[in-house]
Amino acid sequence: MYRLPRLGKSLSIAKKDLKIYYGKGPVVIFGILLPFFFFFAFLVGRKMPPLSLIAGLSGMAIWFTSTSISPVVVPWETRTKTLERLVASPISVTEMLLGDIIGSITLATSISAVTIFAVAAILGLMPVNFLTLLLGIVLASFCFSAIGVLISALPTDTTSDIMMLSTLIKFPLIFVSGIFIPTSNLPGWGTMISRFSPLTYFVDLVRFSFSGSGSPWMDIGALFGFSLLFLFASDFFHRRTLLKRL
Amino acid sequence: MGAIEANSLVKDFDNLRAVDGVTFEVKEGEVLGFLGPNGAGKTTTVRMITGVLKPDSGRAYIDGIDVTRDPIGAKEQIGIAPEEANCYIDLTARGNMQLAGELYGVPKKKIKEKSIKLLDEFGLLDRADSKVKGFSKGMRQRLILAMALVNDPPILFLDEPTAGLDVASQRLIKERIKDLNDQGKTIFLTTHNISEADKLCDRVAIINNGQIATIDSPEKLKSTIQSTQSALVSFSGNGLSQDKLKYLKDLETVEEIEKEGDKYRLYGLDPGEIVEEVVDFARSENLKIISLNTSGPSLEEVFTHLTTG
Ligand SMILES: Nc1ncnc2c1ncn2[C@@H]1O[C@H](COP(=O)(O)OP(=O)(O)OP(=O)(O)O)[C@@H](O)[C@H]1O
Ligand SMILES: [Mg+2]
Repeated sequence: MYRLPRLGKSLSIAKKDLKIYYGKGPVVIFGILLPFFFFFAFLVGRKMPPLSLIAGLSGMAIWFTSTSISPVVVPWETRTKTLERLVASPISVTEMLLGDIIGSITLATSISAVTIFAVAAILGLMPVNFLTLLLGIVLASFCFSAIGVLISALPTDTTSDIMMLSTLIKFPLIFVSGIFIPTSNLPGWGTMISRFSPLTYFVDLVRFSFSGSGSPWMDIGALFGFSLLFLFASDFFHRRTLLKRL
Repeated sequence: MGAIEANSLVKDFDNLRAVDGVTFEVKEGEVLGFLGPNGAGKTTTVRMITGVLKPDSGRAYIDGIDVTRDPIGAKEQIGIAPEEANCYIDLTARGNMQLAGELYGVPKKKIKEKSIKLLDEFGLLDRADSKVKGFSKGMRQRLILAMALVNDPPILFLDEPTAGLDVASQRLIKERIKDLNDQGKTIFLTTHNISEADKLCDRVAIINNGQIATIDSPEKLKSTIQSTQSALVSFSGNGLSQDKLKYLKDLETVEEIEKEGDKYRLYGLDPGEIVEEVVDFARSENLKIISLNTSGPSLEEVFTHLTTG
């Protein structure tokens, strides 16, 4: 019997995640400090145009905040034996994962939005297309949170395993997504890879939002497509590995 | 159709058959005790019936709902206190109740009222707003039971609810189980505490090596092993001399004598007759009887009989 996912159940899960997991250390370190560290270490002082600066910072801010906690929630619940409680209650796997994603989006959008607008103001930039920027922030945090949740399908209860795996994915992706080097300056294979990175499209969308040149549709479409892809992939793999955790 | 039905449930883990064709039915309003040695397959059976694990074959029904086909519909009918699952230690007791209520779709206002009522019943109301991190094992166990009741389910699964608790907590939980049954709830109770099962359960199932060895009312089960009836007697003084002991042993009605501390247990088919003989014996030997009582086979003996050898 198929039931449509109920948003209310996912919101209860999201609320629980925000109360329990988002006050913990890794969020602060991986979510907020890292993007700033990268920003100052690699971008500031390289005589980059302000548009590239804001695009790079936005990309890193959303990428790191969205993937800070989303990969560790399920392993954490496995460890503390609260997962069985969720599995035993009348909610579907999809509702549970959507809840984890919504929790992550809430944190990522609120922190990143503040960061992005603050830095934009410092750089003297104003978004030309405000709505596109907001849509981009929400879509990107959805997409990246789904990636985080997908990573957590690895059936482990050791959060450090997951942290390592997600770091292995998180860092290389930054270098092929047009944050430090515009994708057009990458070697041929680099351009190829960058097309498979959803981060590329978000960075491009931020450029559009602040400059108004080009078209946002390709970026929005790609982010939307990637979001669905990672959502379905999470659902598929978690259904296979969930029972191994109990 | 019963409130709970298990039909030829089978579950393998790697090369081990944990549950091997378990079939039973629990009627509405009944308390079924589920007894078995460690690793017998009790928790695995509960997990399959409650939709946590998928059976390799066989079916389970909750209130007529096929658990495999409509797990959410089935889960809405039940409350579970799982053996291993925990509450959220970073949330308060009230926070845990609220989450449980929301997951079971209980309206907000109802959750608030229910939380207060249940936390009070389980003696946790004064700690309602403390984080569970600081709770003792018994307090957590009581919270887990309160959480299982927040949706007022007609059917309850309790997997070793009193394991490792002190006498007061055990008694509180036993009383609550009785009350809940009086309210008409169907209860599936897994336990290692045989006297608890004897007192609380309408029927008891004994599971061994993944198979149901027997399922019946405690009294009927006891009557299946006749030979172990006995009388227990203690005399004043320093115990019996060898020839007095031999005299008792040679009595027609006594099959065997065992010393138990300062008492003697005399086994035989008719403990009533043994008592009469013992009284005659004491009178003729001028011995004072301090205590004398008879006992039939206990549920524990039935259990041991069925689960060993
Ligand atoms: N997730 C699992 N993976 C592998 N084996 C398992 C798993 N769960 C249970 N088993 C095995 O299945 C058998 C039955 O376990 P189960 O937990 O059902 O026993 P139980 O009757 O509840 O025991 P206890 O009284 O100790 O709680 C055991 O041999 C156990 O090792
Ligand atoms: Mg068990």
